[in-house]
Amino acid sequence: MKAYSLFSLARNAMSYHRNWQRAWRSPEPKKAYDVVIIGGGGHGLATAYYLATQCGITNVAVLEKGWLGGGNTGRNTTIVRSNYLLDASAGMYEHAMKLWEGLSQELNYNVMFSQRGLLHLAHSVHDMQEIGRRGNAIYLNGIDSEFLTPAQVKEMLPIINLDCRYPVMGGLLQRRGGTARHDAVAWGYARGADAAGVDIIQNCEVTGVRVENNKVIGVDTSRGFIGAGKVGSVAAGHSSVIAEMAGFKLPLECYPLQALVSEPIKPIIDCVVMSNGIHVYVSQSDKGELVVGSGSDAYNSYSQRGSFDLIEHTVGPLCELFPLFSRLRMLRQWAGIVDVTIDRSPILSKTPVKNLFFNCGWGTGGFKATPGSGHAFAHSIAAGEMNSIAAPFSLDRFNSGALIDEGAAAAVAH
Amino acid sequence: MFIINCPYCGDRDQTEFSCHGEAHIPRPTETKKMTDEEWGDYVFFRTNPKGYHRERWLHDHGCRRWFNALRHTVTDEFVASYKVEDPRPPIPDNGGQS
Amino acid sequence: MTQTHRLSEGGLVDRSKPLTFSFDGITYTGYRGDTLASALLANGVRLLGRSFKYHRPRGLIAAGSEEPNALMQLETGPYTEPNTRATCIELYDGLVAKSQNRWPSLGFDVGAANSLVARFLPAGFYYKTFMWPASMWMTYEKYIRKAAGLGVSPTEDDPDVYHGTYAHCDVLVIGAGPAGLAAATAAASGGARVMVLDENNTPGGALLGTSNNAASLEFIQRSVQSLERNENVQLLTRTTATGYYDYNYITAIEKVTDHMGPGKGGTAPRQRFWKIRAKQVVVAAGSIERPLVFADNDRPGVMLANAVGTYINRYGVLPGNDVVVFTNNDSAYQVAFDASESGGVVTVVDTRSSVQSSLKALLEEKNIKLFEGHAITSVQGAKGVESVRVMKLSADGDSVQGQAWEIDCSVVASSGGWTPSCHMVSQSGGKLKYIESIAAFVPDESRLKKTSPNISAGSCNGSFVTATCIQQGTQAGVDAATRCGLHGTAASSESFTVNEVPLGTISPLWLVPTTHPVGEGRSKHFHDFQNDVTAADIQLAAREGFVSVEHLKRYTTTGMATDQGKTSNLNALAIMANIQGVSIPEVGTTTFRPPYTPLTLGAVGGQESRELFIQERHTPMHEWHVDNGAEFEDVGDWKRSWYYPKAGEDMHSAVQRETLAVRESVGMLDASTLGKIDIQGKDAIKLIEMAYTNNWQKLAIGSCRYGLMLNEHGMIFDDGVTTRLGENHYHMTTTTGGAARVMGWLEEWLQTEWPEWEVYCTSVTEQWAVMAINGPKARELLQSITDIDVSKDAFPFMTMREGKVAGVPARVYRISFTGELAYEINVPARYGKHLIEALAAAGKKFDLCPYGTEAMHVLRAEKGFIIVGQDTDGTVTPHDMDMDWIVSKTKEEYLGNRSQVRIDTQRTARPQLIGLLTEDPTVVLPEGAHIVSEVSDAPPMPTIGHVTSSYMSPNAGRSIALALLQDGINRKGDVVTLRLMNGEVHRATVSDTVFVDAEGVRVRG
Repeated sequence: MKAYSLFSLARNAMSYHRNWQRAWRSPEPKKAYDVVIIGGGGHGLATAYYLATQCGITNVAVLEKGWLGGGNTGRNTTIVRSNYLLDASAGMYEHAMKLWEGLSQELNYNVMFSQRGLLHLAHSVHDMQEIGRRGNAIYLNGIDSEFLTPAQVKEMLPIINLDCRYPVMGGLLQRRGGTARHDAVAWGYARGADAAGVDIIQNCEVTGVRVENNKVIGVDTSRGFIGAGKVGSVAAGHSSVIAEMAGFKLPLECYPLQALVSEPIKPIIDCVVMSNGIHVYVSQSDKGELVVGSGSDAYNSYSQRGSFDLIEHTVGPLCELFPLFSRLRMLRQWAGIVDVTIDRSPILSKTPVKNLFFNCGWGTGGFKATPGSGHAFAHSIAAGEMNSIAAPFSLDRFNSGALIDEGAAAAVAH
Repeated sequence: MFIINCPYCGDRDQTEFSCHGEAHIPRPTETKKMTDEEWGDYVFFRTNPKGYHRERWLHDHGCRRWFNALRHTVTDEFVASYKVEDPRPPIPDNGGQS
Repeated sequence: MTQTHRLSEGGLVDRSKPLTFSFDGITYTGYRGDTLASALLANGVRLLGRSFKYHRPRGLIAAGSEEPNALMQLETGPYTEPNTRATCIELYDGLVAKSQNRWPSLGFDVGAANSLVARFLPAGFYYKTFMWPASMWMTYEKYIRKAAGLGVSPTEDDPDVYHGTYAHCDVLVIGAGPAGLAAATAAASGGARVMVLDENNTPGGALLGTSNNAASLEFIQRSVQSLERNENVQLLTRTTATGYYDYNYITAIEKVTDHMGPGKGGTAPRQRFWKIRAKQVVVAAGSIERPLVFADNDRPGVMLANAVGTYINRYGVLPGNDVVVFTNNDSAYQVAFDASESGGVVTVVDTRSSVQSSLKALLEEKNIKLFEGHAITSVQGAKGVESVRVMKLSADGDSVQGQAWEIDCSVVASSGGWTPSCHMVSQSGGKLKYIESIAAFVPDESRLKKTSPNISAGSCNGSFVTATCIQQGTQAGVDAATRCGLHGTAASSESFTVNEVPLGTISPLWLVPTTHPVGEGRSKHFHDFQNDVTAADIQLAAREGFVSVEHLKRYTTTGMATDQGKTSNLNALAIMANIQGVSIPEVGTTTFRPPYTPLTLGAVGGQESRELFIQERHTPMHEWHVDNGAEFEDVGDWKRSWYYPKAGEDMHSAVQRETLAVRESVGMLDASTLGKIDIQGKDAIKLIEMAYTNNWQKLAIGSCRYGLMLNEHGMIFDDGVTTRLGENHYHMTTTTGGAARVMGWLEEWLQTEWPEWEVYCTSVTEQWAVMAINGPKARELLQSITDIDVSKDAFPFMTMREGKVAGVPARVYRISFTGELAYEINVPARYGKHLIEALAAAGKKFDLCPYGTEAMHVLRAEKGFIIVGQDTDGTVTPHDMDMDWIVSKTKEEYLGNRSQVRIDTQRTARPQLIGLLTEDPTVVLPEGAHIVSEVSDAPPMPTIGHVTSSYMSPNAGRSIALALLQDGINRKGDVVTLRLMNGEVHRATVSDTVFVDAEGVRVRG
């Protein structure tokens, strides 16, 4: 892998950029790999990257049915934060946050991780109690967290309408939170994994999971059978489909999750704003677009299409909290398929099938965890046991009852 | 934005309805005899198919009746909607293409 | 300055209505009927903007909504609007527009320095740099953000209003060009309810841009008149279909008063957002011309051929006197003729080696020079075209050779063919197919989405001859009506002559070569103008492996600008296909995402903000609370009285006063917001037994009981008191926030699991107004205004009595959420205000004190009563709440029962509800403060619990708190430590949760 730098850019400019290498190879699949990762999104690629660079397992393939990062990696609103309430969540997301903080340098790929601050607004006594509890929990977990008064909120966001339908009573700020460039995360990990020897195979759909003596031996794909010592499924919205191939069910349901962006404008909002009381979730991309998270439709769907009323119910609140956005225009809307568990926490787990591991259930909030999820999953696959960060997220919690109910506890969409 | 056929009211806009997941999961009767696994399976685990799905809908902003529907989760085509006590309509044999 | 480029006659503008406007501070005139674009062009203004990345000077390329370059900051102050396309702004008197993305001026833009280093800024350069030192990214980003963006947001609230509306029709026709008008006419003739939408201010579509042709205009007028006469038809101009969703749900934006100028619309909304459900849709959205991708094809003056034609014919503006038409197909010849006819000096450069002789003859007749098999290899003139160089193309079209001809010109009219507007069909879920003969995608009628039936007609379906478009439109209208069960008929066939040259044989030349390899040398081949994406960028993307359509888009940003790639997408695909040596369909098609053109946020959500944003719910006594100085708390959508400050009181002192008053005399609280469900039927008891954890079989008629509800995960989700009113009749109360949830929960189980049970649940929350009177004097107060015998024996605790209170029928429940002697008086909602007034009057002699939710919270906490949602959080069981007493040991089944005995719910170290008494009784712990197992100087510190409720209790004479603490029930008496975020450390003793009247004497008093 030839390193990217200002100098390489200048050098290549002299040769009209004709000598850049492929960011990753496009190899033919081998007959078998030590580990096959199903799913070439951010989490899958990160898993492969850490397997190859940290776990000494380089005979790895990532199988992607379409194009890298084409699922939720390329469809989310790019928010990164680690201000979670529960210890297990804090462990996972802060692990990710620490990796984010050096990721561009580690990958030699600018993922534009922007720690511009993430502000949760509280609009009721109940909200204040919620951020009060969460702020303390985050702080004591060693993660940054600050309470803001309405006046401090106004200072950060001069354009906010504090006196909206549910007046802003306070805020919880994580300064280390922010955004990153979603596509770059997939591409950066792909390039890094490829350089470490991982075969990244696009347009390769898994059509079957072969199990012998309750042990996985490989996968059937649109490009033939590929043998595998271990298989890690990181298929997000299609996890239930892979599980069905392997003969079991997951505690997941898939919903469309929608988002939209405005036309680009000059900087107007400098942090990420989340308001559960008004239902607003907005930041501004480096390009200038307002990036607005909408809701998820409550019906199972794999169609990557949502219903329009959610967009209306997203834009109305946006204009309520930021009345001057009313004259701006929506440029694009889209949907992804989110795989949601009952406790809104992910699954990183062994399965009923030996050597088959699942990483899924990230629901509406997986992007921020990408490095941590990949890192923990890689080490767990390598060890054959979930490591300490991944262990609380095992499938058996749905039988034991040890849910990690971030959603219920915090009443926060995430 | 679907048009959904409420078996009691007829075709109505999707915004009148809410969906409540997989249908035909009866509540177990002798729960005390169940293992944690069996109970967990009932409460949490779902088929979540990519294809035809029998699911529960509620006509919230209408007659407030619950009913079931058979819908394809890729095309979002409703094959049938039926009352809770009705027999299950068959899954079309076109492999989900529509 | 006069309108130097306005033709002396012609066009559809009203020359008797001159309008004054300004652009970048200079005043110009135009005519009614102009767009801002045509008016600027008439005044010879070519330089209208700067590009996004390189800040290259840019002018108009189009005449319609596909315009990528001419983006304006329209108007000022609260009315300002960024990124408006000059081609879509109808001129009005006094219009003020400014160019964007330049500093200090459009003519001299410092950002253009980017152009000088363009070589170092290839696609995706930012992924490869700005990484060192790591700490600098936030600084780099600050400047990147400043440089990016286009126009500026308003900084004041939007003064305009917007409307939203719903519509239903049989046949929706998108586009009122020849095909659309024909379709609408045919469908309407069969009796169909038809809606026709067109983004222009006048129907007619492309016909409006053809050489003035009386027959065309007559056709338009005739069609429009017949449609307007038909009461089943609604024709909406200035209305763009923006989104096409499942089951033929189409959204559209109507610009109602934009064309009048800011603040001039009177009472009409600025824009109206349409949500239309159509049985059938006819898509007649037309097509968009593709620019040829040649060296420096972005110079101001390089335009789409049809745009030049439209400016001449529709607006009477000749964009420049010397016109070079550069084409790979026949259709642009009409523009050559029109320009020539208008007095222009025209040259045609055709990439095809052999142009049909009939066209050649016409050229000769008009003295137009033709270069066959030639291409433009360069464009001179940084801020406006001055000349082009033309060279012969090699046979394969990959290179140029021979002599370079320099042609002086001010306009290049380029045509690379036409791209049917498949956006709507694609949005609907329909698939496209590639047609070689037109070198473009059209809808594949065999792969439409079944749930969204539509028919494409006209040029969006790949037909570029008006007569065929009309024919197709008519047929589509007939078919659509027929599918609706009506009988559409084809009216007498329309035939008239349009000045047009059919497409002919298109010879795709996706990338026009120049004298040096693409990507080398100074010139750039743009395909995406707004985002400054060049052919070299596509080559780079291919080289680096970003070959799938979506990678190409995302890596180079092609098609991601505000024009959503209307003029660029196919060119980008084709260039990539050529590099890869595959066919265009193999590269794929991009996804067309709604909206078709950018959509004003206020129009989409405008009706749901300000005073219409989530209606407030008020109790029947709301006015009384307002009159009595209450501060209100938002509880869900309800406005509840929070506290009633007296003059000079802050919240704390008011709450302390109210809290004391309840225990010393009597207080009253508006409890109307509590959820109330009337449950009847012979199986009602079965439902209640399943819903609550405790036993209900033996509850006597007229008695009340407290219950907890669990979800199937075994976690508490609501609580309340239910009263047995009759043999099979119960009155259930829920939390304020849980009312709808509980009602839904009961109905869900009844209807889906136990449909054979005879139970009827009715939400009666808003049928009853409820005043809770609490305190030692509550009985005396109540007795003074009721005919019910409220004596201790006649009306014991946890029973209900009916009678009259304050002269109106009432149900009085002797239940208490304060631990005091208490009654909840329920009267029909219409008597609510009467009741509170009567209580207030009667209460004077009992020192009755109105109290709000905050005092209620203190009072209940003094008694250790939980608030579901505050002391519980969806993860606690009854045992965790130290409420084993409410869980039946005898019932076989209740909802959530099995979850109580899972491994995790039986674990000992679960967080459990306890009381906390701080060492310093004046310290009120912040709610949310955490209990740590050990204190260290800085986090992390392991936590073992947190405070859920915390108050200064005037009755306990000290601070009190409730908390969830791991294994808390076994730790009563222990001292624990709380570490606050500000560094404070507090020690507190774990206590029982009841702080006042532990024996419960008062409530039974």
